[in-house]
Amino acid sequence: MFEPVVKVKGLTKVFKSLKAVDSVSFSIFPGEILGLLGPNGAGKTTIIHMLLGLTTPTSGDIQVFGLDLRKRRKEIIQNVNFSSSYVSMPNSLSVKESLKVFARLYKTKNREKRIQELLEAFEIAGIKDKLVRHLSSGQQTRLNLAKALINDPKVLLLDEPTASLDPDIADKTRTLLRSIKKDRNISILYTSHNMREMEQMSDRIIFLHKGQIIAEGQPEEVVRSFGRSNLEEVFLKVAREEA
Amino acid sequence: MRFHRIAALFMRHMYLYRRSLPRLIEVVYWPLLDLLVWGFITVYLAQYRQNLPGFVTFFIGALILWDILFRSHQGISVSFLEDVWAKNLLNLFASPLSPAEYIFALMLVSVVKLVTVATIMAVLAWIIYSFNIFLIGVALVPFVLNLIVMGWTIGIITTALILRFGQEAEVLAWALGFLFMPVSAVFYPVSVLPRFLQTIAHYVPASHVFEGMREVISSGVFPLSQLMWSSGLNVIYIMAAFLFFRWNFNVVKRKGLLVRIGE
Ligand SMILES: Nc1ncnc2c1ncn2[C@@H]1O[C@H](COP(=O)(O)OP(=O)(O)O)[C@@H](O)[C@H]1O
Ligand SMILES: [Mg+2]
Repeated sequence: MFEPVVKVKGLTKVFKSLKAVDSVSFSIFPGEILGLLGPNGAGKTTIIHMLLGLTTPTSGDIQVFGLDLRKRRKEIIQNVNFSSSYVSMPNSLSVKESLKVFARLYKTKNREKRIQELLEAFEIAGIKDKLVRHLSSGQQTRLNLAKALINDPKVLLLDEPTASLDPDIADKTRTLLRSIKKDRNISILYTSHNMREMEQMSDRIIFLHKGQIIAEGQPEEVVRSFGRSNLEEVFLKVAREEA
Repeated sequence: MRFHRIAALFMRHMYLYRRSLPRLIEVVYWPLLDLLVWGFITVYLAQYRQNLPGFVTFFIGALILWDILFRSHQGISVSFLEDVWAKNLLNLFASPLSPAEYIFALMLVSVVKLVTVATIMAVLAWIIYSFNIFLIGVALVPFVLNLIVMGWTIGIITTALILRFGQEAEVLAWALGFLFMPVSAVFYPVSVLPRFLQTIAHYVPASHVFEGMREVISSGVFPLSQLMWSSGLNVIYIMAAFLFFRWNFNVVKRKGLLVRIGE
């Protein structure tokens, strides 16, 4: 087996009295899509923010590329990128300008060429001069993903990337993500509370509930371990036990 | 500290201004109004106080210099808000960009903004009131530098507070600078202030600049001691502001607020 690119051990985050993430351990392997599944408030976003070094863990270890995130964040983050449907590109800039800013920020080589490639890959070349704020949510998502690939990352963290998309565009986006993963051998951590999406996208999933991992493995394994016929039923069972 | 990251941020803000007519107009609008209203009041008053030397110079000079401080402050705090409003802050800080690089880039943006505004104001003052800001002489350069640095300091503190307290603190992006106006002795000497405000004024770098400006206009003597005070205080304050920002940034990351700002 390959060495994991991301290795998380005993990761915990306490906000005041709330344990948002509770001793979570997992690894992400090269070229793998790991799905982080769980109801609202399960702690998915908090885990992603800790992996980015934007939220400081209460305790636990994060290693990326074998380096300690606390000590080597800049080196690590240069090869990681992130996209969330709740974060946007500068909305008063054009599509192309906003990508130019991020290309420079990450010191991308052959900036013009790289931007052109991404514009084409995400089918937004035709709207490159449009202002970000005038884009549809599908176009915004594709721009966010283009930004997330601008530095040719080895690890991609995607927080509900398809949340605001209609089913057709969401499906196209997933297809695109899978092909990117295949072409570039990127490791992807992917959050969603959409079960079907998870089954379709992930090589492996982690089922998170109230900050804890309650199941993990290939989607079919998780479904089987709960004695259900699909992930959606597992999800409903977990969510309802709480009530 | 990497130049390419500072340049990226700087570029982001320059694109913003190039793209936005309202923002461009705003850069000129307020200073122009200030200059018109206060300038004409000054001209009017001067008709009755002809024996007061350099009256017009005091006022219009003070107005332009105050605006430099204010723009320097705003150049940081409002640019930061632009990133908050654009929901772009997380994308920036998810990159290798450091808080210090971010602040440096905003300092650069603020300098470009205030140089633009000050140039426009100086030219207008010359056209409308035949007022020549360079009358102040060589002391003008250290005056301006000190006002810029004090503006940065206020901008950095404002930014830290908005990061920490969110939307409720946004008004500080404009307001905090004005808080220092009464004790900066912009239009009147420190001596007219009540005692306790005089004491405060003494520790405000800008008050020394404006006192110095009046000194140089009325006596022509280079206000060395005022400049020393102003620069000394500024160096201490801006370093303190940087430390405050860094400490605050860590608190914000611990409380998980960085990712919530603008929500
Ligand atoms: N900065 C914060 N301060 C206090 N509580 C927070 C903060 N961020 C998240 N939480 C809480 O932590 C829990 C996990 O949130 P989150 O990671 O956003 O969940 P998910 O992304 O799975 O929906 C939620 O109960 C949320 O309210
Ligand atoms: Mg979430």
